Amino acid sequence: MTTTTSSTPVTTRPSVASLATDLLRQGWTGLRALLVLTVVLGVVYPVVVWAVGQLAFGDRADGQLVQQDGTVVGSALIGQPFDAETAPGLFHSRPSAGGYDPLATAPSNLGPSDPDLVRSIEQRRADVARTNGVAPSAVPPDAVTASGSGVDPYVSPAYAALQVERVAEASDLTVGEVRTLVAEHTHGRSLGFLGDPKVDVLQLNLAVLAAGR
Amino acid sequence: MGATAAGLLTILALVGVLALVYRPLGDYMAGVLTSTRHSKVETLGYRVIGVDPEGRQSARGYALSVVGFSVVSLVVLFAILVGQSVLPFSRGLPGMPWDMALNTAVSFVTNTNWQSYAGESTLGWTAQMAGLAVQNFVSAAVGIAVAIALVRAFTRRRNDDLGNFWVDLVRINLRILLPLALVSALVLVGLGAVQSFAPDRVVDTVLGGQQTLTFGPVASQEAIKELGTNGGGFFNANSAHPFENPTALSNLIEIFLLLLIPVCLTRTFGTMIGSRKHGYAVLGAMTFLWGAMLTVALVSEVGGHGDSARAAGAAMEGKETQLGTWASTLFAISTTGTSTGAVNSAHDSFTPVGGGAAMLNMMFGEVSPGGVGAGLYGFLIVAVLAVFVAGLMVGRTPEFLGKKIGTTEMTYVALYTLASPALVLIGVGVAIAMPSSADAMGNVGGHGFSEVVYAYTSAANNNGSAFGGITVTSTFFQLTLAAAMLLGRFVPILLVLRLAGSLARQGTVPTTAGTLPTHTVQFAALTVGVIALVAGLTFFPTLSLGPIAEALS
Repeated sequence: MTTTTSSTPVTTRPSVASLATDLLRQGWTGLRALLVLTVVLGVVYPVVVWAVGQLAFGDRADGQLVQQDGTVVGSALIGQPFDAETAPGLFHSRPSAGGYDPLATAPSNLGPSDPDLVRSIEQRRADVARTNGVAPSAVPPDAVTASGSGVDPYVSPAYAALQVERVAEASDLTVGEVRTLVAEHTHGRSLGFLGDPKVDVLQLNLAVLAAGR
Repeated sequence: MGATAAGLLTILALVGVLALVYRPLGDYMAGVLTSTRHSKVETLGYRVIGVDPEGRQSARGYALSVVGFSVVSLVVLFAILVGQSVLPFSRGLPGMPWDMALNTAVSFVTNTNWQSYAGESTLGWTAQMAGLAVQNFVSAAVGIAVAIALVRAFTRRRNDDLGNFWVDLVRINLRILLPLALVSALVLVGLGAVQSFAPDRVVDTVLGGQQTLTFGPVASQEAIKELGTNGGGFFNANSAHPFENPTALSNLIEIFLLLLIPVCLTRTFGTMIGSRKHGYAVLGAMTFLWGAMLTVALVSEVGGHGDSARAAGAAMEGKETQLGTWASTLFAISTTGTSTGAVNSAHDSFTPVGGGAAMLNMMFGEVSPGGVGAGLYGFLIVAVLAVFVAGLMVGRTPEFLGKKIGTTEMTYVALYTLASPALVLIGVGVAIAMPSSADAMGNVGGHGFSEVVYAYTSAANNNGSAFGGITVTSTFFQLTLAAAMLLGRFVPILLVLRLAGSLARQGTVPTTAGTLPTHTVQFAALTVGVIALVAGLTFFPTLSLGPIAEALS
């Protein structure tokens, strides 16, 4: 054990050689400590969290996979790229800087005064307004901005509401029926006060597809 | 409920829960760090690593242990990252290139967690769990240990026994971090954070496209990433990623976790020095800085200032729908004030004043309330500086907690105060002079400059968050940022330990009528003033070229 006793404080400046020896000895102790701690913190701890998590919460720990007709089509927590081109008859997701690719989760990282960002926001506003037949001023912020994760599974209730008539028109459902589906997939703030209200786009679209048959 | 009421209630809930656990956790930590008893498991552990738990260390011995342990950590982590292809559970991924591995190893050993890689496409589970998450624990423990060594120094009289680093390391990990991480990881799993060893899964999406979903030990890493004020995301999107931070409730819990230990350590400090009022004064000053930065950032973010926010109707670029501006800003100020660097939104896309507040929060030297341990010793250094300034005003020899602040002590304090600002300014200066840096910036004009300033500020203060638009994968950035992180961590730590040694060797001076009281509101305000003055004088010119210019344009 390389410790100095409290009664003999270091008064002389130790030589470089003794510094190197001490450091090597501490490094050797450090290596042994690191290996022991790696077993406890790097193997046992995550495996225990996994085992208890699986027992206590089941598939909640598995990424909440979503099925359509018995086949897994995604995760409830990971959004998918529904937009005017690919899904004219369904609810659209927010813009994404990474194209909803879970292997490249990222925001746009464009600065608040970036002229390109301002231009694309204006362009998106015009596009969303035209696609849904509403006034540009009615388009909410989340419809024209990319998320932080690039895989945001939600849109605001305002953006969902604005799309109801278009979705109803494209399916065999009435506006009232689509509105009911939206309401079923709308979640208020967590515990009533945390975060913002949200609509789950993937599961809402699956419900629209199922009801439209 | 309106957004404003909900947002204010969120902040109130956060502060309320922290207040509830402040005493029990703070006193529990003080007990752990002063107890003379060793559990059976710990005794066995000391035998395995070859340490006498009753051995005592002077400042020199303690510093040697910190450095020895950190160097070994660096080498082992580098080896794991470079060689992950031969390790099990690596998802078939190759090793990191050497410069990225070096940067990452330095980043995690220094408690910075700056990330120049994307976890989902770069790292397997062994590297994440046995490499990075282990450093999330132990680098946090090193920070706490050094802070406690300094606190002990104030309680010693002509006795330079600062404790035993190995005992502190083991106890902080096993008795403080591990139980807290275990409980919070399970809570996060319950809320939907992923903890699964399922292989990567390619799914055919609703519209016939494909998505590759990747899983892993996310929740276990998330818990310690916040709790140890580390901040390194399992995924590239960090806490914006729904697998890491599934709901607005998990978001509040993560903010709580990253503030938990830095806040409660002020109680530990007060308890250990036998004057809880001093703990409250430190906490008060830290909270004031946090609250001030939060207010400034909220006004700008919620108010939607800046061109893009005005065009969109709200500052939602780079923010998650379910979190919104309030919860994103609360996270941003808490993560930059604690040297955590986890992000639940893109700081790069924050409004000019919001992003500037996040940057300034780091420039304060990470004391609002700072990283685990690092926040406490950083604040105590400024407190000594404040005592010195006050001493100059009244012409008395400065004293702090019964210790004389002489030339030796002030030398360490001055060097500490200069260390990270020097690293930031030199780093930014060199980077801006490099012609290649213009290509690395993800933004044009003043904001591109802000990205570079943010990068070196984050590295030198061991924060780890980024204005993420900047491309930092060039060898130049990998190495200079690694140097900033390494020096920004260990130069201050060595100075703190030398200061501790010098204080411990002193006797104590009695408190007299002439002693400057250091547990008062007045002194806390003076300390805040010193922090603001140092940061202002050092960084005002730099900030003027970046966020201030942007906000005014």
